[in-house]
Amino acid sequence: MAVNLKQLSQKETRLTGGHRACAGCAAPIIVRQILMASDKPVVVGSATGCLEVTTTVYPYTAWNVNFIHNAFENAAATISGVEAAFNSLKRQGKLEGDFNFVAFGGDGGTYDIGFQSLSGAMERGHDMLYVCYDNGAYMNTGIQRSSATPHGANTSTTPAGKESTGKKEYRKDLTQIMAAHNIPYVAQASVSNHRDLIAKAQKAFSIKGPKFLNVLSPCRLGWAYDPEITVPLAQQMVDSCFWPLFEVVDGEWKLTYKPKNKPNIEEWMKKQGRFKHLFRSDEGKQVIAEAQADVDARWEQLLARCGEK
Amino acid sequence: MKVRKALTGNEAMAEAMRQINPDVIAAYPITPQTEIVQLFSNFVADGKVDTEFVTVESEHSAMSATIGASAAGSRAMTATSSQGMAYMWEVLYIAASMRLPIVMPLVNRALSGPINIHCDHSDAYGARDSGWIQLWAENAQEAYDNLIQAVRIAEHSEVTLPVMVNMDGFIISHGLEIMEAEDDDTIRNFIGVRKPVYHLLNEKEPITMGPLDLQDFYFEHKKQQADAMARSADVIREISKEWKDLTGRSYDMLEEYRMEDAEIAIVALGSTCGTAKVAIDQLREQGVKAGLVKIRVFRPFPKEEIAKALAHTKAVAVMDRAESFADFGGPLFRDVRASLYECDSRPKTISYIYGLGGRDVTLDTITQVYADLQRLVKGEQVPMLNHLGVRD
Amino acid sequence: MADNKKIKPNATAKEIPMAGIITTPGNAKEFKTGDWKTRVPVHIEENCINCLICWVYCPDNAIEVKDGKMVGINLDICKGCGICHNVCPTKIKSIVMKNPD
Ligand code: SF4
Ligand code: SF4
Repeated sequence: MAVNLKQLSQKETRLTGGHRACAGCAAPIIVRQILMASDKPVVVGSATGCLEVTTTVYPYTAWNVNFIHNAFENAAATISGVEAAFNSLKRQGKLEGDFNFVAFGGDGGTYDIGFQSLSGAMERGHDMLYVCYDNGAYMNTGIQRSSATPHGANTSTTPAGKESTGKKEYRKDLTQIMAAHNIPYVAQASVSNHRDLIAKAQKAFSIKGPKFLNVLSPCRLGWAYDPEITVPLAQQMVDSCFWPLFEVVDGEWKLTYKPKNKPNIEEWMKKQGRFKHLFRSDEGKQVIAEAQADVDARWEQLLARCGEK
Repeated sequence: MKVRKALTGNEAMAEAMRQINPDVIAAYPITPQTEIVQLFSNFVADGKVDTEFVTVESEHSAMSATIGASAAGSRAMTATSSQGMAYMWEVLYIAASMRLPIVMPLVNRALSGPINIHCDHSDAYGARDSGWIQLWAENAQEAYDNLIQAVRIAEHSEVTLPVMVNMDGFIISHGLEIMEAEDDDTIRNFIGVRKPVYHLLNEKEPITMGPLDLQDFYFEHKKQQADAMARSADVIREISKEWKDLTGRSYDMLEEYRMEDAEIAIVALGSTCGTAKVAIDQLREQGVKAGLVKIRVFRPFPKEEIAKALAHTKAVAVMDRAESFADFGGPLFRDVRASLYECDSRPKTISYIYGLGGRDVTLDTITQVYADLQRLVKGEQVPMLNHLGVRD
Repeated sequence: MADNKKIKPNATAKEIPMAGIITTPGNAKEFKTGDWKTRVPVHIEENCINCLICWVYCPDNAIEVKDGKMVGINLDICKGCGICHNVCPTKIKSIVMKNPD
């Protein structure tokens, strides 16, 4: 599917400015790009989180579309209910028109507290797209670790200290878990690659049934970096194969981007304050090596799954 | 055309739901509500309803999806019991604050722990401050009638609040009873169609629901909710009257049984009221002026009606089928006592916690309460706080 | 219930739509986040190739586009993050970040 910015720019924006997200936050970029990929009216649901609180400060809303926030852990269930209502009303001839149904959640609302709701909605086969903007921690409540937080990251619940090198555990591979739901479309994308992201959203909207999109979403506050580099920072994380871009269409795994050279993860870690403690001690350097080995092993697995080796 | 049928409470609820024919039901099975979900699944499988039935993975998602469906402008329902209700607790408040006219049968069952599947009212009591209207039934007939009226109450433009329709687990839900059901057309005409003011499938006028609402307006939105709850009492009375004109079965905020000249009275919710009526008839034959106030509407609380019904009595026993660990009786006791505060002469009012976890409530149990009340009237000492029928 | 489109700061419970429902889609754009910025993006038209990369990446929808052309920056909204400057692909950047005067 072609991504033509000139054409897309003719459409009315679905998420306006004037929201209160931090300057340089990736989440609104992701939302704007995904919603411009839909040609139908949309109903958006959002989990509690940065995106929701910054875009709906009463009496203001940045949403130019129908929007519902219910609670933290139930964006998927809520939108599944909206979709069920649409199906029912449409089938009974009580409603005209057509809609896309989209739910957004951060990694907290998706990997952790909202995981059951997401799994249930996907398994039930609702015609909806669930988008996780993964910034790797509970940023809204002040940078606590989530199961998406990378190994070694300093968060407010995995603080670096005399006896700690940051988060001990490794990331949960949610995209793979969603692929195991055998739904028609699962993809991983990044805010750094807008063509890839918009094309994946377009593809998702063209498919009937449950779709899941996991999008890397840098957080200048929680990651502690200069917001100007939101896009190139994410690009390095993609290139290092920490966050590969791929899709799973009807069970077929496919890389959608092959990095030309694969920088070490150190290259982007050193630009983020959440890893700075790792560069100061031998233990820290050991953690970086462990994280690198983990990224490499997962990348090899992914290449195999995608038939690249 | 009325039909007389032998139905269990669950069957009566399911039958009412079939006749309501909601656009969406999202539900999860739990004892003793399970049958309702299964029966309704059969209606869907057999094409007897137009409902989109969402078989969610939990009660939290049941209520969440029902909220989504109702926010989308459809008529949406769910049903649950006990732990399921407890699991929904967070989103019950959201359903009410979003002003969604969701109707939900609650087949009352004791809350864990220890785990128990039988009747008490701890589940409904746990949700009493959630902003849901609560209707209570003495038997399957009332459960059926309440459920249908609940749709009208919930969707009334002066109300737009969710309604919980309570029915005692097993005692009513699994007990067979001869009752009257109205025909489908009568019900369909009575409930009409839902006309939401705002909904998410209105492409032309997009809305934002569930915003971040801080110090500036949260309080105003809560006041709106409180006002709607206050207005609902009149709406409930009005719809009860309409229902009576249609079916001959009459309802109000509460029911007074042989209260005109009663000196001693019991106040209670649910199936126990049936047992109390039998006890009263027997006591009356012995010349004891006993009466009953059966609460039909627990939220909003019928404070004036209670005061009016009880002001002339000498002693009142308030029966709560749940502990609330306040060391001051159950919630119904405290509400009734508070309602009597404004009366010039007040009856003595004592509390009975009873029937927990399905503990049998027999005629003897109730007779014992009236005996206590008689002793109290005579000036003998009876404790204010009692646990009835427990081995202690 | 009242459905006055614009909610006054001192509006009463009776004057606002129920349940916190907002009936003015996209009215956040009236909320000026422009004063958050410490640096101001300046568009240099002669370098610009109208690729709209800045537009697609601005988190705040502050890049104004008309008929497929980048026509300016809404400084009332722009938070000065510098992303547009960073992603601009022209050899000599067509958006530069300046310190406010
Ligand atoms: S500086 Fe940031 S907010 Fe301002 S126009 Fe550029 S990208 Fe948008
Ligand atoms: S990114 Fe640069 S060249 Fe492209 S439209 Fe924006 S200012 Fe012009």
